[in-house]
Amino acid sequence: MSILHTVNKSPFERNSLESCLKFATDGAALLLFEDGIYAALSGTSVEAQVAGALDKLKIYVLGPDLKARGFSDERVIAGISVVDYAGFVDLAAESDTVQAWL
Amino acid sequence: MSEIVKKFMYLNRKAPYGTIYAWEALEVVLIGAAFDQDVSVMFLDDGVYQLTKGQDTKGIGMKNFSPTFRTLGDYEVKKVYVDRASLEARGLTQEDLVAIAWEDMETEEEVDNIVEVIDSARVSALMNESDVVFSF
Repeated sequence: MSILHTVNKSPFERNSLESCLKFATDGAALLLFEDGIYAALSGTSVEAQVAGALDKLKIYVLGPDLKARGFSDERVIAGISVVDYAGFVDLAAESDTVQAWL
Repeated sequence: MSEIVKKFMYLNRKAPYGTIYAWEALEVVLIGAAFDQDVSVMFLDDGVYQLTKGQDTKGIGMKNFSPTFRTLGDYEVKKVYVDRASLEARGLTQEDLVAIAWEDMETEEEVDNIVEVIDSARVSALMNESDVVFSF
């Protein structure tokens, strides 16, 4: 059974990402959007934690939310895929369930 | 114009777009600027994300209020501070932030960029000096 986890909160303000990474299991997908996109950027104090999670999770970040906040795809941690809204829909459709970490 | 000038600090700790705080703070700063008080604007924690360059909100269907920050100088706001530790924790430098120019209409004194990156002790000192802190 595949789960798509979504995180839309900043990792510096809430523990949504931390809890998600703690409970998500091998093979699950994680989509970062809205203020959650800050976790996908390289050079931050949570980079190691996120990059480490790539071993067990497929991680995606929503491109329009990156651009809105002034970040290009080049700032994203290697191994994280940038998707558009259609990509978000595809991920949700391919997954058995979507679990939001608000 | 009021006769008593107070030191107002607008404290910004929220990222833009995910919540309404950043936009509301900017509105209040612009309204408050009309009252000739001693205004400083502080960006701390996720608030530093409000000042990133190159924001393009077309894809999310929201108003891009980033260009409005560059007009703060026209509203006689001359003190804009960013906490260095907050930038560093987020992998950012001053290069990633917009520049806000300021010009004194009477003396024609010009400052290319009033955005000042400061250390935490200075942030504390500025907070202590303030008569009022508006938190967003």
